[in-house]
Amino acid sequence: MWSGRSPAGTGRRLRLLKDGGRDADNDAVGERTFLRCLAIVPAFNEEASVASVIAEIRDADPRFEILVVDDGSTDGTRELASAAGAHVVSLPFNLGIGAAVQAGFEYARRRGYDLAVQLDGDGQHDPADLATLLAPVVAGDVDIAIGTRFAAERHYRPSFARRLGIGLFARVVSTIVRQRVTDTTSGFRALNRSGIRLFAADYPHDYPEVEATVLARRHGLRLAEVPVRMRYRTEGCSSITAPRSAYYLVKVSLALMIGLFRRYPALETR
Amino acid sequence: MTSMRASTVAALAAVLLIGVVLELIRSRRLQERYALLWLLTGGVILLLAIWRGLLGVVAEAIGIHYPPSALFAVAAVFFLVVLLHYSTVISKLAETNKTLAQRLALLETELEEHRVEHAPAQRVA
Repeated sequence: MWSGRSPAGTGRRLRLLKDGGRDADNDAVGERTFLRCLAIVPAFNEEASVASVIAEIRDADPRFEILVVDDGSTDGTRELASAAGAHVVSLPFNLGIGAAVQAGFEYARRRGYDLAVQLDGDGQHDPADLATLLAPVVAGDVDIAIGTRFAAERHYRPSFARRLGIGLFARVVSTIVRQRVTDTTSGFRALNRSGIRLFAADYPHDYPEVEATVLARRHGLRLAEVPVRMRYRTEGCSSITAPRSAYYLVKVSLALMIGLFRRYPALETR
Repeated sequence: MTSMRASTVAALAAVLLIGVVLELIRSRRLQERYALLWLLTGGVILLLAIWRGLLGVVAEAIGIHYPPSALFAVAAVFFLVVLLHYSTVISKLAETNKTLAQRLALLETELEEHRVEHAPAQRVA
């Protein structure tokens, strides 16, 4: 586990306990001793915050390579991210958060990253929590770690309607995955190769987090929630408005119900 | 007779529909695979409009006493099938479109990396 600080750039000799052996099999280079980590930052018109998010990730853990998935931004997001030293994948037009994140996972899969962390380009996820979030994945205890707002701190106070929606989905998802899930809407996640491979192949379109959690569990991946801090948006405004919340509620409910009757083919996730 | 006139109008509409669909195919604005459902719809309406005996049987079977209403009910069902079919076509298109856009973006990134790597020395400055 790399919760301890190590000098920049050197990295510690780490192996994914669970996946280490198997990775060596399908890795032409042979045994892998260093973990290659990718931070996936989906960004749609986030020029005000994207550069500072990149800088913060660097500060928190310099070993991370950073990929900004520009989801058809019309502002300077792409140029600023590139100037800040991030890899940039620029979608030709706005595809929505689900497709943007999925493109990031496909990038990670193609280039053989061992770990991927997804965090929003608006700065609401604190890169200082990266080590905490990664710990259970690096230890090989789980395939996907989900940063949750509710487990620890009390700063986050969503509106009543939102709390209701979040609570409802938490209840439903917990039942489906037979495991306690408190924050189903969190887009702050860490994944190992199994998680990357699954989400590169199959990821929901819009408001993807709730369905993605269920999807991962139905494919037999192991999940854990990790308490993290969430910050209020520093710039821009949340994409969640009243009519969209209604759409969100109905769309995700429908997807969850249909999902119960869907067969999940054994993907080559391991 | 009202019923007779309704059948005539329906028959003309069906012929018009079939004609328009055929013309769209001829001018390559409509692919055959998407035209088949429309032609089937037009064909069924036409059949029921001119073969009034069959329309009577259908109306009786579905419990509608006024046969021309049965004709339009049948037509409505076919329109629904066509619309639903197009919804699935659109979903499929959206999915392939998404995948294409993702692949394109990933390829552009890779291409750009290759350009930088293999750029002639004088152009790097």
